[in-house]
Amino acid sequence: MKKWECVVCGWVYDEEEGCPEEGLAPGTAWADVPDDFICPDCGVGKDDFEMVEI
Amino acid sequence: MSQANAPVIVIGTGLAGYNLIKELRKQDAETPVLMITADDGRNYSKPMLSTGFTKGKGASDLAMADAGKMAEQLNVTIRTNTRVTGIDAAGHNVFVGEEPIAYSKLVLAWGAEPVAARIEGDAGEHVFAINDLQDYANFRAELDGKKRVLVMGAGLIGCEYANDLTNGEHNVEVVAPSSQILPNLLPEQAANAVQQGLEGLGVKFHLGPLVTRVNQAQKGLIADLSNGEQIETDIIVSAIGLRPRLDLAVKAGLQVNQGICVDRTLQTSEDDIYALGDCAEVDGKVLLYVMPLMASARALAKTLAGNVTEVAYGVMPVAVKTPVVPVVVSPPAKDGEWVIESNGADVKALCRDDAGELLGYALTGACVADKLALNKELPAIFK
Repeated sequence: MKKWECVVCGWVYDEEEGCPEEGLAPGTAWADVPDDFICPDCGVGKDDFEMVEI
Repeated sequence: MSQANAPVIVIGTGLAGYNLIKELRKQDAETPVLMITADDGRNYSKPMLSTGFTKGKGASDLAMADAGKMAEQLNVTIRTNTRVTGIDAAGHNVFVGEEPIAYSKLVLAWGAEPVAARIEGDAGEHVFAINDLQDYANFRAELDGKKRVLVMGAGLIGCEYANDLTNGEHNVEVVAPSSQILPNLLPEQAANAVQQGLEGLGVKFHLGPLVTRVNQAQKGLIADLSNGEQIETDIIVSAIGLRPRLDLAVKAGLQVNQGICVDRTLQTSEDDIYALGDCAEVDGKVLLYVMPLMASARALAKTLAGNVTEVAYGVMPVAVKTPVVPVVVSPPAKDGEWVIESNGADVKALCRDDAGELLGYALTGACVADKLALNKELPAIFK
């Protein structure tokens, strides 16, 4: 399980936790997150996320 | 060049300019676009400037791509280090000094500028207002080897720098005229929780006074406060406010208020001139944050591609990047009753109207986890 960080605002998507409020169950891999996903903190798109080691 | 063949011109290559064109290219790969920027055109995220130490990044690490790479990626021409000096709305030209450049449509994406501090004394060059990547680079260069930092202002930017500089092992003192930190953003109890968190890191607050004078000392600087106190420091960050840049718009005869007035299609008072981001006042709202900027970029991209689209502002919560006590706030648009639960650093403040409808919230510490659930209860700013 990996974490992905928004390069614009720093919000982190943790695959382990998913984002249930946005309809992404715990364990949802980043690759399976829909292409129209937008950062819940700043609104940028999926291509503005980078994989991070935290 | 006739107007019809002229490019779309975008003034500014910050988040607003680059994200607009990124969105435009999803709809329209070919329309010629000329971007003009007064700086070097590097693509970076302004909100990340106040996270450099926490993330272990210097100024150049925060740049994601240079102007050349952006031009290639977006299929645009970028003129860097070039300042637009005038706009002729009737003639559809911008001017760089004497040189006219024709546009078909013009987008103002030149952002906001820091409110300048009025300080007396002989050490003005050691006061840094950090508004872009180059400012940040200059600040980091000057900061190198110095320990003590005085931050003027206890708003969002001041608090973020206080936290970040402390994470970078600096001794930070914050001076602000307000009676609490994050005024106009947080209810007092929530602000106190954040203040205590920052104090726990070693930040020292002087709330009430202003810095009136800064002078060179034997070693470092001495700042005089309006309450008679003196603070010895090495370098000063001025974070006392930000306001939309209006000068060129005013000179061009565009309607302005706090920002450049635009309607819901992001059009200014002149045909074919649009504005978005930190310089724009959209249907009466000036919101200097990324989320409204992104909503505007998506709508304006469609409009520029020929499909006139109004922007909708949904719920726009603001996160304050103070990792010691995280904050997220959605300020209520009108007055209501605050109900506040607090447990140490964790504060949940909810503002409701007479009918019990949620108008806004302020969350700190562990309570920020409630954000997305609360967002679903909140009304949109405008649909």
